Amino acid sequence: MTTSQPLARRFAGRPRAPLGSSGRGPLMRLLGFARPMRARLALAVLAGAGTTMAGIALLGVSGFLIARAAERPSVTALTIAVVAVRALGVGRGVLRYVERLTSHDVAFRVLSDVRVKIYRRLARIAPAGLREFRSGDLLARLVSDVDTTQDLFVRGVIPVASAALAGGAAVTACAFLLSPAAGTLAAGLLVAGVLVPWWATVLTRRAADRAAAARGELATRVVDVLSGAPDLIAFGAQDRALAAVAAADGDLTAQARRGAFAEALGAGLVAAVTGATVWTVLLLGVTAVEGGTLGRVPLAALTLTALAAFEVVVGLPAAAARLAETRSSARRITAVLDAPEPVRDPDRPRPAPDRPLTVRMRGVRARYGPDEPWALDGLDLDLAPGRRVALVGPSGAGKSTAASVLLRFLEYGAGTVTLNGHDLRKHAGDDVRRLIGGCPQQPHVFDSTVRENLRLAAPGASDERLRAAAAEARLLPWIESLPDGWDTPVGTRGTAMSGGERQRLALARALLADPAVVILDEPTAHLDPDARAALTADLLRATRGRSTLLITHDLAGLDEVDEIVVLDGGKVVQRGTHDDLVGRDGLYRRMWSGSAPAEADAAPIGVEL
Amino acid sequence: MKPLDPRLLRYARAARAYLAGTVALSLATTVLVLAQAVLLARILADAFTGSGADARDFAFLAVVIALRGLVTYGGEATALRAAAKVKSQLRRALVEHALRLGPGRLRAPGEVATLAVRGLDALDAYFARYLPQLVLACVVPVAVLAVIFGADPLSAGVIAFTLPLIPVFMILVGLHTRARTERQWHLLERLGGHFLDVVEGLPTLKVFGRAKAQAAVIREVTDTHRRATMRTLRIAFLSALVLELLATLAVALVAVEVGLRLLHGGLPYETALIVLLLAPEAYQPLRNVGAQFHASMEGVTAAERVFEILETEAPDAASGDPGAEARLTLDGVTVRYPGRDVPALSDVTLEVEPGRRLVVIGPSGSGKSTLLGLFLRFVEPTEGRTGFGHVPAAEWRTGLSWVPQDPYLFAGSVADNIRLAAPDAGDDAVREAARLAGADFIDALPQGLRTPLGERGARLSSGQRQRIALARAFLRDAPVLLLDEPTAHLDAATAAGIRNTVERLMTGRTVVLVTHDHSWTATADRVAVIENGRLHVHDTLAAAS
Repeated sequence: MTTSQPLARRFAGRPRAPLGSSGRGPLMRLLGFARPMRARLALAVLAGAGTTMAGIALLGVSGFLIARAAERPSVTALTIAVVAVRALGVGRGVLRYVERLTSHDVAFRVLSDVRVKIYRRLARIAPAGLREFRSGDLLARLVSDVDTTQDLFVRGVIPVASAALAGGAAVTACAFLLSPAAGTLAAGLLVAGVLVPWWATVLTRRAADRAAAARGELATRVVDVLSGAPDLIAFGAQDRALAAVAAADGDLTAQARRGAFAEALGAGLVAAVTGATVWTVLLLGVTAVEGGTLGRVPLAALTLTALAAFEVVVGLPAAAARLAETRSSARRITAVLDAPEPVRDPDRPRPAPDRPLTVRMRGVRARYGPDEPWALDGLDLDLAPGRRVALVGPSGAGKSTAASVLLRFLEYGAGTVTLNGHDLRKHAGDDVRRLIGGCPQQPHVFDSTVRENLRLAAPGASDERLRAAAAEARLLPWIESLPDGWDTPVGTRGTAMSGGERQRLALARALLADPAVVILDEPTAHLDPDARAALTADLLRATRGRSTLLITHDLAGLDEVDEIVVLDGGKVVQRGTHDDLVGRDGLYRRMWSGSAPAEADAAPIGVEL
Repeated sequence: MKPLDPRLLRYARAARAYLAGTVALSLATTVLVLAQAVLLARILADAFTGSGADARDFAFLAVVIALRGLVTYGGEATALRAAAKVKSQLRRALVEHALRLGPGRLRAPGEVATLAVRGLDALDAYFARYLPQLVLACVVPVAVLAVIFGADPLSAGVIAFTLPLIPVFMILVGLHTRARTERQWHLLERLGGHFLDVVEGLPTLKVFGRAKAQAAVIREVTDTHRRATMRTLRIAFLSALVLELLATLAVALVAVEVGLRLLHGGLPYETALIVLLLAPEAYQPLRNVGAQFHASMEGVTAAERVFEILETEAPDAASGDPGAEARLTLDGVTVRYPGRDVPALSDVTLEVEPGRRLVVIGPSGSGKSTLLGLFLRFVEPTEGRTGFGHVPAAEWRTGLSWVPQDPYLFAGSVADNIRLAAPDAGDDAVREAARLAGADFIDALPQGLRTPLGERGARLSSGQRQRIALARAFLRDAPVLLLDEPTAHLDAATAAGIRNTVERLMTGRTVVLVTHDHSWTATADRVAVIENGRLHVHDTLAAAS
């Protein structure tokens, strides 16, 4: 007996990068996404530093110009300063433009990468691995967290790197004039640019984490209220749901206010340190002039340079706060990237099995988590080419779990499943699903047109094939009644479609995809009895000669299938043909007699019409 | 674009007090900026002439510096807190109003949720960065210009000439970027909807081997968004370029002009320094406004989308005499949905007497759900009248219980989800309701009634979800019961069991049950057949004979 994927085997395939942390912080991993854009990033940093330096130099040189002019030298003594001042005035604007454009471009490119990476990961772990994510949370996580990665570059990395370069340049310039003043400036810049933001970050970090969690909670509550509006309104329960939104909102607002305190304190301290530094530089300068170690012209240049140099740090507290927020988002992004796969593809998958396909299940058990009960507890099933098997039983019996196992959505914990004699686990999931397909229990209708929704089952299919599949699923009359026919948008989650139409669409998709083994999970749910009977007949005709696993609670027409397996509580309780099972006492016969009135009562409608 | 949307002050009261506080702080900032420049210039001039440092000047300067730190802290704190408060007020108004609009007029929930949670965050930039700078931009340049004019009219002239150009350019560029920013926002919203749609449809995509291909679609959508945004930014940042050029070049011109006048002895050194120190201060707020411009536009656009929803009118309140008796009747009711040619219901007349059971039979799309929607007051008649329209909708619904076809399960425990129907019900009542509904599966859940349910009940099968809905109805214990396909999701064996329970639930109540399952007619006092929006009422006994 095997347990679900022994640990040793799981890690054997990935010696260097095990699941979970790879030793780098989440922020560093996000930064890693920018590696292909190193040149653009460097350009943005240089342009940013250049912008700031131009601004500082403009004021410093102007100070020199005025002080020198006050000494009333000849005009030629001022020429260079005059030209420099004008050039700096123009250069600053141009550099700023370059910096802005490149930094945003880098950010958006990284964003695109992160989105796709997140999606790829989700695509691997869906659907079994997605059970713990609530979609409101997912919405906040994917849209908001991923979007904050732009801030990492535009308001985080690039301003910080530019500030370091420009600050260093300003201190160096001052050092040529008066070294104690340069030391003061360096200290002031470090306190205002590093120490204060670092301290503010410590203050904001916890608030940022909580704010992100509060935001997820708020998103869940908001989605609940908006999606569940009919239920809430019908039961007059709006107030409680709104109170839950208000509570989540109050929580988030309180976190934001706490974060605001730290950010504002940082800004206030930076302003105070800026002033104090200029004050000290001025005092040192004036003293040096009186002591004769500094000229009166350089004093003006020195003071104005020191004053202007603090442009370097103005944005840093905000940048630090932004980085802290990004860190929480980055952590949750990496959590999605590192989420374990419910089903792992083998490292060297076997070639896809050939048609015809024989599927064999022996003693298969499966469950949705290590602590949960077995949803499927020892299933034996044979799907030989052309053989049609029905899986019936009350809800929660494990019918859909069996389908999940065959579709490689869920790993089985014990027993064997073979395709043409080869272990199912040795095949890639996509290869398996190319051969074993059909329609899942709650088929998703995408926010697109009818045509696109059907065509996703067979991207290259001609319009005739689409029509044929739609006709077979009895969807065609509905499509033709629509204002724009095939091009009618069906709205978010198919809200413009009834439950029956949705099932027919799913059935049409299954017919169009034409897999070797068709799994039909409750295809006749939501259909009215007439259409249900007709559809069951169509369905059985369409699947004749094709391996089919029909999961249903509707026993009508099951006399046509080769075998019926009755599940209850995950275990097989009965198996045989319809005539066989109806003749015996057991769950099947009870279900059959339970459904009998539906058949008998079909008559009155004829009288009424 | 309007620099300040008056609706923001109307819907978000927190914005008003904030605006007043910002004006006060801006005035204080202006005074401090002027004082700092004057003191700095005096100290430098004293050092230049060799007249020695005045300790009092240094002391005053220290006081000014400390005050600037305080004012900066106060301004930032007020702004960020106000932003949080305003977002909260707008968000709650939005969600409340969306709920008031009801299922009929509610927009796509994913998009509204994006707007409420993420979209409004753009207002941070608007309140904390843009608005204070806007107020400063109105105060500081005027004060600075007045001081410079007193010191050196010629420099004041250069600044007075270039300063107005900045808002002019801002408006010109702003007009151009506005439409683009709006489109970009639409894209972002659609991206959120698209992302969720694709992620929710992942199982379906995987079955058809299309999951991997969607990664390319997501990249394409995102890249389209990037290209559109970069196009906007290329123009939006031009405004920054022009503004930066105007401001820095003007400062450079002033510096050169002042320098040359000094050279010819037309200006004292101290005055020249004051002019040089103040000249950048005249432009700084305007430049900041320009720099915050595109970030704030996103917030304004988000706010406008909120206002758009807030200004969608909610369905009319009750009309007529509220004291009159409420009856479950429809009189010549026609319902037309906007944009549909064919009415969902046409000329329906119907009466359900207290204690009687009406079963409405009809195929999918025949108007069954619209009929229930009328009774639930989700839908208002386009023509005709109802016997309960004069009762306020909320009051009318207190007498109703509803078993929908696809019940929504909320984030919360199983018990919370059942208790939706009667918020004050005790645990025993909830347990009893669950038992009556045949929801035995709850006992098998890890924490029983306390087991949390994922959003939309990801952990429950359709049958189990239906049982939760039935449990709600049992707990509700209302005189009027509306059922939409009560056994459609259940397998035959369970359906047979549930059917008895539903029978018990129906006993002693007025019932409207819509279904496509003819077997329900056996329990009806009267049967109606609905087809293409038209209703035909039959007496069961007559129909059966």
